[in-house]
Amino acid sequence: MIEVNHLNNTFHLKSGDVTALRDVSLHIEEGSVYGVIGYSGAGKSTLVRCLNLLEVPDSGSMTIGSSGEITLRDGKPYLQGKPMTGRQQSRLRRGIGMIFQHFNLLDRSTVFDNIAYPLKYTGTSRKQIETRVRELLALVGLSDKIDVYPSQLSGGQKQRVAIARALAANPKILLSDEATSALDPDATESILALLKELNRKLGITIVIITHEMAVIKAIAHRVAVMEEGRMVEEGSVYDIFSAPKAPITRKFIASASPLGKIDKLMAKDSALVHVKPGELLVKLTFQKECASEHVLTTAARRFGFDLNIVLANMEYLHGNPLGGMIGILSGEAHNIENGIQFLSENHVTTEVLKDGSAD
Amino acid sequence: MEALIKEWAPNLVTYQDKFFKSCSATVEMFWKAGLIAFVIGLVLGILLVVIKKDGICRNAPVYQLVNLAVNVFRSIPFIILLIFLIPLTRAVVGTAINVRGAILPLVFGTVPFYTRQVEVALSGVDEGKIEAARSMGSGTLGLIVRVYLHEAVPDLILVTTVTAISLIGLTTMAGAVGAGGIGSFAINYGQNQNHPDIVNVCVIVLLIVTFILQSLGNGFSRRTTNRGLFTIRRR
Repeated sequence: MIEVNHLNNTFHLKSGDVTALRDVSLHIEEGSVYGVIGYSGAGKSTLVRCLNLLEVPDSGSMTIGSSGEITLRDGKPYLQGKPMTGRQQSRLRRGIGMIFQHFNLLDRSTVFDNIAYPLKYTGTSRKQIETRVRELLALVGLSDKIDVYPSQLSGGQKQRVAIARALAANPKILLSDEATSALDPDATESILALLKELNRKLGITIVIITHEMAVIKAIAHRVAVMEEGRMVEEGSVYDIFSAPKAPITRKFIASASPLGKIDKLMAKDSALVHVKPGELLVKLTFQKECASEHVLTTAARRFGFDLNIVLANMEYLHGNPLGGMIGILSGEAHNIENGIQFLSENHVTTEVLKDGSAD
Repeated sequence: MEALIKEWAPNLVTYQDKFFKSCSATVEMFWKAGLIAFVIGLVLGILLVVIKKDGICRNAPVYQLVNLAVNVFRSIPFIILLIFLIPLTRAVVGTAINVRGAILPLVFGTVPFYTRQVEVALSGVDEGKIEAARSMGSGTLGLIVRVYLHEAVPDLILVTTVTAISLIGLTTMAGAVGAGGIGSFAINYGQNQNHPDIVNVCVIVLLIVTFILQSLGNGFSRRTTNRGLFTIRRR
């Protein structure tokens, strides 16, 4: 479990002060995958680096797993009221694995030595280290690369080694700082699948930082959206995706959904979105409770209106339907009205984007 | 071979005892001053990287001090440093002449240069690797030995090679304090007594030594880039 309360952090740079965290609080359940999304400079990287004290926040408090409460005052960490020693900070970090965008493997060390890094000089015997490294390599599927140097590996393989290294000391928590941002789509997919598997198999809590909504969608249970150091929205991934509130969240979701193209089409005043008087350009969104898509055809048949589909996207997130379609409704005005009424009763919300009669 | 040398460098044969003595004086200055400068320069270079702004163990006042000292001693021409340091040399080693008297100024002439080079080599280590090692619980000493020094080996070899070659250059000036060596041999017996063959042989000897050093440095640097010097295969 990770509990973070009222974290604040400001960097004092020559060019002026930059506030990276403003009163950030969050609670992460043990064994869950928690996503933090935001544009670069939103403070998400600072947040995750604060969790293992690579960065020490100015103020606030946090409890990381079984660490006990760590309070931050004047940019210094205190454990149960006493200043935290270097040794205590090291111990905290050893209990938290971390992976990075650029893998950060030691180029002059073999895969074996990279993975053994956190185990050496900790009183672990050579034999135990060897056994553990082999175990980890099997877990990440790279058993044949034990004596290879990182320069001979692909990006995805390097990240696998980095994951094995991060897990070497049996941490309960894994922090992932843009771990898939430097990878091609195939490697991204396989790394995300691996993280998901590790979460399920080992019960490890994963905190994943990203600027890609697709990553959140793929593996996170809950997500926090950050903007300018603030946490603007937080909730289960399904809730955030189906009913985003903050403008920035909408923007992220639009970027991940084909329906997001509508903004561009409307801005360009494309012929696809021209509506005649009496017609409506609408966005239909399926709610969690919505049984199936056929409510739409039922409504069209029963109320005698036409739906000309412009964009459509349906997917399933944690087993729930997510998505909808954008199209032009045409027909008698009262029929359309009744139809919309029927749809809303059947858990399909209708948002009018453009009204042909209004022009 | 002997006949060939006699034909091409008759004066060298006449002064061969002096020549070999000069060579051994140069070698002695080189390895003694080199070893001391290597250790001090490495330590100071590491210190600068560790305590600089954004370093893993910031200490601005000490950084300023060491940085200033390095800059000051780097800007003094060696031949002047040699004379300037005479009182200090005398106080430390008891004499300011001969090979003994040349070691200290050679160290002073080499350390600032080497310190800078080490600093540059270590600064080339990716910040991300440092951060990853910190996230795995490494402390300052662990970061220095297991990340900075370990990852910078190829660059450290290159800068050490460059420094070693420049140290050979400095030893040739040590003749000014009576330390002998190839430099003063070339001036006293070659130039001043008008024996061009002696100058030529000195040039050739220095060229060969420099070439060998540079090749060794390049070779080991390449041999350690993206890999360890020795790889233990396990099955």
